[in-house]
Amino acid sequence: MSESSKLADAARRNFLARAGVAAGAAAVAPGVFLSTSTAHARPADEPVSSEKRWGILVDTTKCASDCNDCVTACENENGWGSSEPNSDAAQKAHWIRSVTIKNKATGFAKTLPMMCQHCETPPCVDVCPTGASFRRADGIVLVDKHICIGCRYCMMACPYKARSFVHEDLHDQKPWAPRGKGTVESCTMCDHRVDKGQIPACVEACSADNHNALIFGDLYDENSEISQALKAKDSVELRADLGLNTGVRYRGI
Amino acid sequence: MKLSMNYREIEGSSTGFWILLGGLALVIALAGGATLYMEHEGHYVTGMNNQIVWGMPHVFAIFLIVAASGALNVASIGTVFGKPLYKPLGRLSGLLAIALLLGGLIVLVLDLGRPDRLIVAMTYYNFKSIFAWNIILYNGFLAVTVVYLWMMMERRMNRYYRPAGLVAFLWRLILTTGTGSIFGFLVARQAYDAAIMAPMFVIMSFSYGLAVFILVLMASYNWTRRPLGDAVLLRLKNLLGVYIAAVLYFVLVFNLTNLYATEHHGIERFILLDGGIYTKLFWIVQIGLGSLLPLAMIYHPTIGKSRPAIATAAALVIVGAFAQLYVILIGGQAYPLEIFPGYEVVSSAFFDGQVNSYSPSVWEIALGVGGIALALMIVTIGVRVLRFLPESLEDAAVDPHAKGA
Amino acid sequence: MLALLLLLLPLAATADSDKDGEKEALPFSDLTFPEPARHYSAEQKCVQPVEEMRKNHMNYILHQRDETVHRGIRTRRYALEECVNCHTAQDDKGEYVPINAPDQFCYSCHSYASVKIDCFQCHATKPVRPSTLNTPEADATDSTEKLSNDIRQLLASEGQAQ
Repeated sequence: MSESSKLADAARRNFLARAGVAAGAAAVAPGVFLSTSTAHARPADEPVSSEKRWGILVDTTKCASDCNDCVTACENENGWGSSEPNSDAAQKAHWIRSVTIKNKATGFAKTLPMMCQHCETPPCVDVCPTGASFRRADGIVLVDKHICIGCRYCMMACPYKARSFVHEDLHDQKPWAPRGKGTVESCTMCDHRVDKGQIPACVEACSADNHNALIFGDLYDENSEISQALKAKDSVELRADLGLNTGVRYRGI
Repeated sequence: MKLSMNYREIEGSSTGFWILLGGLALVIALAGGATLYMEHEGHYVTGMNNQIVWGMPHVFAIFLIVAASGALNVASIGTVFGKPLYKPLGRLSGLLAIALLLGGLIVLVLDLGRPDRLIVAMTYYNFKSIFAWNIILYNGFLAVTVVYLWMMMERRMNRYYRPAGLVAFLWRLILTTGTGSIFGFLVARQAYDAAIMAPMFVIMSFSYGLAVFILVLMASYNWTRRPLGDAVLLRLKNLLGVYIAAVLYFVLVFNLTNLYATEHHGIERFILLDGGIYTKLFWIVQIGLGSLLPLAMIYHPTIGKSRPAIATAAALVIVGAFAQLYVILIGGQAYPLEIFPGYEVVSSAFFDGQVNSYSPSVWEIALGVGGIALALMIVTIGVRVLRFLPESLEDAAVDPHAKGA
Repeated sequence: MLALLLLLLPLAATADSDKDGEKEALPFSDLTFPEPARHYSAEQKCVQPVEEMRKNHMNYILHQRDETVHRGIRTRRYALEECVNCHTAQDDKGEYVPINAPDQFCYSCHSYASVKIDCFQCHATKPVRPSTLNTPEADATDSTEKLSNDIRQLLASEGQAQ
């Protein structure tokens, strides 16, 4: 009896010591990484942190009216687009879409990509009954499809029509982008890539073709490219009147 | 004023009774089949899509849930406001409330993308979500009403009957406030995002619930050949008239407020003028057939006393109710989201800036009708096995001081 | 309550057969355990002893699921994708068979046990990219693994103490 409780004590001390080391490492780590301003890979076992907030700046002045590169890249990366043969056009999923708008008064027209705006206070998260719709510490708004019951209240609440409901059985999903019938989904800001220190597929495709209309980065880091770009020139949030403080911002509209 | 009222189960042995029960069972079976088909295939077989995300099942479900809350109103008037005339109606009122709520909830649950995860809905709660609160409110309503009925029907428990009735009354008001807030709390949509949604739904529940109650009461007394006096019926139909007028008032205030604010002119124009089916449903069915016509019938000096006319008026209120919910729910989603104020959408891969179309599938309608059939089945079986219905509701029985009769 | 009674029914049946003295065959005991078209990697042992995984694989997967989805923790050891990478079998032509096919690793056992799996409506059922389970970076970053082992050890020893 006493022997085993001694054992337990030893194990507890051992555990606490190691936990302390781990906590120390976690406390030091942000300081270490702060010195490098470029995107870096967070260790796989370290949780995302609220020290960062990921965002995308869309410079619509650089968007060509016939360009669809970001949309195609997203489809290929995340496996939507041609995965739902039975659904009609209004039922198919759209994580990102190209929209052309025209100023009612002046006739000035613009093409831009629309996707989840990754709000700081997302209406979809507020209304979700189970907490499946949530905002990750680093600002990415996601659906936990494990606890999504498919009630679609988040789709009613989203001001940007950013979310889709999967209307039929899917096959051959990507391992890094699970999606399935009866649950709601939307742009994940390619969290699986971001977690490895990479940039979202849409941003990568846009710069690969030298359009450079999309800038991805940490909004909390003053020295990041996106923060510098936002500071240098004007940009807007869509539906700024709602006060959602979106992570995606637009220039040129 | 102590009235001794005899409650008795209905006999339930006639051919008509079994035809009714069999018919309802058949409808429920068909609805079950339709649901299995929808769940197996996925929602692509329905008329719902990523633009109109809530469709016909939600119209039925919300009607049933709202009417459930209103159906209990009759009992509340007897218990909380102490009107003796309503007391004999209390048991049926409670039964009807439970039945309608169960019917509505089953439709709501079976339309989920993942109804198999009902347990998740019951175990994971986001308390900022009005939807999560509604799950608690709905379940609580069932429990509160069962207790209320028990206090009403068990002689030894009669002394707790008033507090139980008060709790049920308050719970019901909160419940319908919650249902209305599902729409009131949608900040992004032009058609919703209004605090008045909550009280408007409360008033709508009074009207819908009473209309259903009147029809069920008339049918059950007629089919069982039990006497139903004018004292009860005329009082109920006058009350229905007041509720119809109250709903009209709320609809008027809601639309007037929107008409005043320029940012809401688009949605108002859509519903009131050029929204096609929604405009027609609003003016012809909701306002004309569902409100003004029954009002005129109810308050007409001679027609207002005719039983077929009273039944017709109550049925028209229900027809109007479906139109109203269809316009609020589907019409509100059909009107495009205003994502780029000041801009018009020239082209979009995802129907931005366009009026969204919706044509309900037969499966969705079957599911909704199944919910109604389930509610009626619960009532039918309920009055057959337990003492819900007074043997007589003739004038002398409900109110010894009634004049004439 | 009814569900509880149903759960207790098999127990009641066993009790009866004990009383009778001579052992009667339990219901369904003539059923044979299905042999799945299983596949284990030759180089790679499972991430926990087989007995432990048989009993508790769902807990590891469930824990990892919440860590990954909500906290962005991307360790590979208990990632469902690595289960699929290792346990899918190939057919005669060398094509991978979906792991949720009736006779494959997951479903053969799960259908025997009548436990519905909710994984593969959404998750990929075949290997898509190479496993990173044994790469140096995957091992190097597995300090949560050490911690969770410590916790398990601690819990086990506390259990003995009581």
